[in-house]
Amino acid sequence: MLKVKNLNVFYKLIHAVNDISFEVPESKIVTLIGPNGAGKSSTLKSIVGLVASSGQINFLSHNISKEKTYQRIKRGIALVPEGRKVFVNLTVLENLRIGAFNKPASTLEEKYERIFQIFPILKKRAKQYAGTLSGGEQQMLALGRALMSEPSLLMLDEPSLGLAPKVVQEVFEIIQHLNREGMTILLVEQNAAMALKIAHYGYVLEAGKIVLEDVAQNLLQNEDVRKSYLGEV
Amino acid sequence: MLTTVLQQLINGLSAGSLYALVAIGYTMVYGVLRMINFAHGDILMVGAYLAFFGISAFMLPWWVSFITAIILTGFVGVLVEKLAYKPIRNASRVSLLITAVGVSFFLENLFLVLFGGVPKAFPIAPIFHGVLNYNQLYLPVVSIYTPIVALVLLYMLLYILHHTKYGMAMRSIALDIDTTSLMGINVDIVISLVFFLGSSLAAVGGILWSTQYPSINPLMGIMPGLKAFAAAVLGGIGDVAGAAIGGLILGISEVLIVAFFPSLAGYKDAFAFLLLILVLLFKPTGIMGKELERKRF
Ligand SMILES: Nc1ncnc2c1ncn2[C@@H]1O[C@H](COP(=O)(O)OP(=O)(O)OP(=O)(O)O)[C@@H](O)[C@H]1O
Ligand SMILES: [Mg+2]
Repeated sequence: MLKVKNLNVFYKLIHAVNDISFEVPESKIVTLIGPNGAGKSSTLKSIVGLVASSGQINFLSHNISKEKTYQRIKRGIALVPEGRKVFVNLTVLENLRIGAFNKPASTLEEKYERIFQIFPILKKRAKQYAGTLSGGEQQMLALGRALMSEPSLLMLDEPSLGLAPKVVQEVFEIIQHLNREGMTILLVEQNAAMALKIAHYGYVLEAGKIVLEDVAQNLLQNEDVRKSYLGEV
Repeated sequence: MLTTVLQQLINGLSAGSLYALVAIGYTMVYGVLRMINFAHGDILMVGAYLAFFGISAFMLPWWVSFITAIILTGFVGVLVEKLAYKPIRNASRVSLLITAVGVSFFLENLFLVLFGGVPKAFPIAPIFHGVLNYNQLYLPVVSIYTPIVALVLLYMLLYILHHTKYGMAMRSIALDIDTTSLMGINVDIVISLVFFLGSSLAAVGGILWSTQYPSINPLMGIMPGLKAFAAAVLGGIGDVAGAAIGGLILGISEVLIVAFFPSLAGYKDAFAFLLLILVLLFKPTGIMGKELERKRF
């Protein structure tokens, strides 16, 4: 579904992403793990055109690397950004509404219902400003907002960041559930253990380079990965 | 005594609603681009000139001329953004500010060269003719219409902001441009829309202002522009309702000061800037003050 080839991202002198290539096949969960500053967020941002990059980005066999952000999103990509970035000055319902900006108004009710089924808490909070939600609720909202556009590819940037273990568990269950219903997912995580457990395939990113890639099960068993990312000595 | 106060209040209300109309443009542009659009006062002037030409040169009926001028001025605002501000949207805010000052000089001097510096008499539309005399109250019709027009337009704007899809995008863009584009929204269109609305409101202000004075010249936008800027800061820059309130307070206090301290009449125009300095010193977030960086419409 998504094929990235020789991707490079520069910030002035910093070479944040160094010639990486990877793939996300349809209906799979692919995870990108790596330490702080490895270039994970930069990779996701370059896929949606929020940062300038060179290289090829193919989505559903279109080269989208020259398109504007909104055009790439319209093709069916959604990104839940790092730190959730819900619109705190909009209500919960408005946040969901804006997620479906390009969808006909007649389909909205049906979409809200679907989101409320996955995240019942959002229904209770519908009229509240998103800024008044807890961190966990905001993560649910950010996910719900992304799902409102009914994307073919869902990209998540550290959905577990700053959440209590129980909420993390919940979020990952939802991600897995979405995937079982056929959603293709690209998951960026520092919580490598959790990510590899639900993913099919994984890439390890260090200092802008892919240093390792394999089936997620194998990465979980890999010596280096266990030492560096799973906290084993 | 009571009639004097009432008279002054109505004058102040009328002046204040003019400031409010113009202040809204400052606040909306600040909301989305974090810049003070110092060319906004000159946009008011452009609106007044377009209305003038519609009536005097093209002999259009006043209302056709006004509506055309308001819409065209909206597009002038859009054009200014596209040509001058968009190319440096990601540069430092200071660069944007200086560019805005440059656009301001450009518009003023363009109109000076094209149409000369001699003030032109502004034709008063039939609907604004006349004065109501009521119990010693002296009410020019235009100063009754001004607050009504301002209120209706403010209501329409708030409706757009809070009850339409693109209004919602304007509020979200004011918080976070990148995340708004992640919603599949073409942010360039939304920003253009903000400039269109702000500039059209300035044109309405320009037309009403010119009707009250009633003459126009290429530098006429400077004073109302700067005062409206002071009003926007007073109300809390970035907040639409705040801009309207700031405009009203400024207009009414200007008039009242002159009414009660006639010896200060010569300093009337300085009052807005004294107020601006005081607000910046003691409550930079203005009346509707939330934290500056969190404030959105
Ligand atoms: N806007 C920017 N300007 C300059 N440098 C940047 C910018 N964004 C990121 N960087 C740098 O690029 C490198 C990669 O950053 P990135 O945010 O992609 O890492 P990450 O893997 O997502 O890290 P984390 O796990 O902490 O979120 C870092 O060295 C970072 O300092
Ligand atoms: Mg990151």
